[in-house]
Amino acid sequence: MEKLINEFSIGLFFWQLVLFIGLVLLLRKFAWKPILDAVEKREGGIKDALDAAEKAKLDMTNLQADNEKLLKEARAEREAMLKEARDIKNKMIEDAKGEAQEQANKMIEQAQAAIESEKKSAMAELKNHVAGLSLEIAEKVVRTELSNKDKQLELVESMLAEKTSK
Amino acid sequence: MQNIISRKTICLLFLMVTTFSFAKEEKHEGEGDIKTEIKEYISHHLLDSHDFSLFSYTTDSGEHKYIGFPLPVILWDNGLKVFSSSQFHHGESVAEVDGDYYTLYHNKVYKTDAEGTITLDDHHHPTNVKPIDFSVTKNVFTIFLVGLLMFFVFSRMAKKYKTNSLPKGIGRGLEPIILYIRDDIAVPNIGEKKYKKYMPYLLTVFFFIWIINLLGLTPLGVNVTNNIAVTLALALITYFLTTFTANKNYWGHIFWMPGVPWPMKIILAPIELLGTIIKPFSLMIRLYANITAGHIVLMSIIGLMFIFKNWIGSPLSFGLAFALSLLELLVAALQAYIFTMLSALYFGMAVEEHHDDH
Repeated sequence: MEKLINEFSIGLFFWQLVLFIGLVLLLRKFAWKPILDAVEKREGGIKDALDAAEKAKLDMTNLQADNEKLLKEARAEREAMLKEARDIKNKMIEDAKGEAQEQANKMIEQAQAAIESEKKSAMAELKNHVAGLSLEIAEKVVRTELSNKDKQLELVESMLAEKTSK
Repeated sequence: MQNIISRKTICLLFLMVTTFSFAKEEKHEGEGDIKTEIKEYISHHLLDSHDFSLFSYTTDSGEHKYIGFPLPVILWDNGLKVFSSSQFHHGESVAEVDGDYYTLYHNKVYKTDAEGTITLDDHHHPTNVKPIDFSVTKNVFTIFLVGLLMFFVFSRMAKKYKTNSLPKGIGRGLEPIILYIRDDIAVPNIGEKKYKKYMPYLLTVFFFIWIINLLGLTPLGVNVTNNIAVTLALALITYFLTTFTANKNYWGHIFWMPGVPWPMKIILAPIELLGTIIKPFSLMIRLYANITAGHIVLMSIIGLMFIFKNWIGSPLSFGLAFALSLLELLVAALQAYIFTMLSALYFGMAVEEHHDDH
């Protein structure tokens, strides 16, 4: 301890105090303040940039959600349109089918009617023809074989009527 | 003989310690003399000096030669006396200024007569008049140099920020340290709101102690932080900054400790008051003792080389000194860190806001 006090140099103490305080003041003005300010400014800039990036990310997510929604809507709309078209098609087919059926039925009916009338006329013609033929046959038979013509004819007539009514 | 000299020289170069006089090798001295000489050399090395000598040697004719340069001597002895330290001839002659005679005795300036007589008392202390010595000594010169270096480096670094927000060159290495002091020393100890006004001091004291401790490990042979005057000056600044920026809450805790019965308050007040002085005192002693101890041990180990004059001594001494030098590198930074950290802690106590939790 005595050695310490003995070695203590007031001059060195004085110079250290003066030089060091001077150094602190000088460095505060010319070094520490500009450096710390610049660093702080930079850190602020980095923070702002990070915040902006975060915000952009959020916007992006929102935008994506919107897009998704739009896409979904469009898909539903397409679906609906397709369904409608399909329905129309089915209906058209159905209608056409019905119409065609109707037309066909009508035609069939007409044909049937025509066939019926034709059949009737053919039958009448056939009757007449057969009657004629029968008369001819009967004439020939009567000419050659039968004496009582009127009796014979009556007989044939009654027989034919019996035949046709069958 | 030649062998021993070259081995020593190489080791000296390796250790980058140019502090031992080459002259000693030429003499055939007894072991006891060498031990005493080493002891004296170490204590001499730890002292400040009035000239900046890098090393000295003795010529064949016995003349002492010093390599270095003289520094101004400034004395207050009934008026300011300024003269070059070269007038002392390294303590070998008496300097005459305006009819007064001064001489060096154990690196201290004493007033003397034309013959340079020094009268000693029973305790071997000179009784001559000691003028107040404001000389620019080796340490003052080093402090000034370090200040200049710091100003140059950091103001240049600050200028770079004007054009670019990112550090360039040496700033790349220094910026993380500055940020470390801000984010891990100042902010946690002082608080987010008030740390800014202490930053210039904390940054300056950290870099100052660190650089000057590192310089102490170089072969320049300067030891600034092992002077109690230097550490006292630094600790005093911390003390005054703490005292003059302290708020009401801090003084309240010292003089009238809240939350304890009143007899305790009376007992605690002087203890707390003493504590405010002990805190910077411990700062002063810690830095001084760590650096001084490091220098003494390192130099003693190097000195071993000259005591063991055989093949095992030099490698052993070299290995130990090398390991210790690495440790001292760590201590240099650690002491700077501790000083800064504790200063920040004391500032934090001074500006702490009132809490109700005690």
